[in-house]
Amino acid sequence: MSIRTKEILIAGIILIISVIVYLGKVYDWFGSAQFSPTLSVIVIVIIFLALLYILIRTIQGKLIDRRTVFVFVGFAVVLPFFMSITQNIRISPEVQQVYNAMSTLQPGSKVLISFDYDPPSAPELQPMAESFITYCLSHDISVIIIGLWPQGPQQANLALEIALENEAVKAKNPQYGINYVNLGFQTGNEFVIQRMGTDFRSMFQTDYSGRHYDDIPLVKNIKNFSNIDYSFNLSAGYPGTQEWVQVAVDRYGLWMGAGNTAVQAPMMYTYLNAGQLEGLLGGMNGAAEFEKVCGITGKGTKYMLSQSFAHVVVIAFILIGNVAFFIGGRKKKLDV
Amino acid sequence: MEHVALWVGAFLTLGIISFLYKDNPWYKLSEAIFVGISAGYWFVVLFWDNIYGKFWVGVFPSDDSGNAPDYWLIVGAVFGILMLLRLISKIGWISRWPLAFIVGCTSGLYLINYFSSNMMRQVQGTIIPLLGTSFDLPVYDIIGNLVIVVGTFTGLIYFFFSKEHKGAFGGAAKIGIWVIMVTFGASFGYTVMSRMSLLIGRIDFLFGEWLGLIK
Repeated sequence: MSIRTKEILIAGIILIISVIVYLGKVYDWFGSAQFSPTLSVIVIVIIFLALLYILIRTIQGKLIDRRTVFVFVGFAVVLPFFMSITQNIRISPEVQQVYNAMSTLQPGSKVLISFDYDPPSAPELQPMAESFITYCLSHDISVIIIGLWPQGPQQANLALEIALENEAVKAKNPQYGINYVNLGFQTGNEFVIQRMGTDFRSMFQTDYSGRHYDDIPLVKNIKNFSNIDYSFNLSAGYPGTQEWVQVAVDRYGLWMGAGNTAVQAPMMYTYLNAGQLEGLLGGMNGAAEFEKVCGITGKGTKYMLSQSFAHVVVIAFILIGNVAFFIGGRKKKLDV
Repeated sequence: MEHVALWVGAFLTLGIISFLYKDNPWYKLSEAIFVGISAGYWFVVLFWDNIYGKFWVGVFPSDDSGNAPDYWLIVGAVFGILMLLRLISKIGWISRWPLAFIVGCTSGLYLINYFSSNMMRQVQGTIIPLLGTSFDLPVYDIIGNLVIVVGTFTGLIYFFFSKEHKGAFGGAAKIGIWVIMVTFGASFGYTVMSRMSLLIGRIDFLFGEWLGLIK
């Protein structure tokens, strides 16, 4: 049997299994899969032993195919979803700082949230958005949403849907236009922020659905940043937190915290240490910590076990790679 | 329709992931669809938000909006057209004018922003009382302050090339490069977390939304 035939055969088997599982989901044939704690531990031990085996083989000079690394990372990400073990999440000072800032806001305060990201960054930033909006609406804090990225306001609507399903939020019965509003996307990057510093209305003449700015009770009296009590920027790149800090914070004195993708977060610590940012949520870890400090169970917490397992596997392969490197180097020297 | 959307999403996700095995037609198809849709999406967004939403509505506002026409926008539109002259080789040099305008404006604006936020405020954030203003800082914070001061100072020394890196100066530069390496390491760790998050998001889609195995 040729390799191509084998590949097609395997793809066909995967397709058939997928169709069966999908039909099972649609017609409710099976429930959700869940490992018992014992099985979870057994799975972890098996992965650990497999990594140990790879390390021993590497020491013996037998290198592995790069696809083996992918398979291990895949297992490390997928299997924790089915495990019934929990991970202890420790609240870092920068996340606590965001929470503390939120805690000082009185009911009726106005918070500006800028959604500066798109779906590729949603796994990291969407859990932050959901828990942040949930916290605001459940504490009578009004939410004004804008986006400097075209898909930002759509992500905001998805986060609002989740937040409005929360029991504590439902109890408050928040109303669109009174307790929260989505002003939509505005093109112009940092120039939008600059114009907002003097006049919100000039940049957002209507909301996301086309309602005129002056007809929205929540924002009709908001002229500029001086009417905003706290701001939170969800950022995945440019324009994002850096531009908000440079223009809104340093020029107009906006009080702001930020939630960033993990790639971007290290660059924001300089702003945090200099007091330009009031708190920072960095990546999925930051999202999980914020959920914990707010007492909300969301996707950040759900994803963290996979994240931790994947990190352990990556660290293991870095160590294995170094072993291979140093053994290879030593062999070369011996050959000389 | 929901079923179709889920299957299309799963098909394209698996197509992209299949590249990890090897380059293949399924991956190429998924990639081409992604690139095509992205280009189309951005064209539509930029047309409706910039050309129509900003320029057309700004110059010709509707009566019920109550806004006066903003004729300054025509200057920007003319500059935009001049930029396109680059496509005609004989008069392509005209495109340098709007380009010069953009470079001049943005560099002037960024100079102030960066000088204030990324330099002065950072210098201010580095000049800190090591032991606290009342000498009451806990040891942990004092160590943190020392790391900031020593790290910044030695990091700057590493990039000072007017003097040979020898003796005490060379030693400080060596500490500086270690600080920079630690920074790169932390950055790499965060990057791994970010990339894993993307994978976790897609895995949640495949096993959760698509196959319904994760609740």
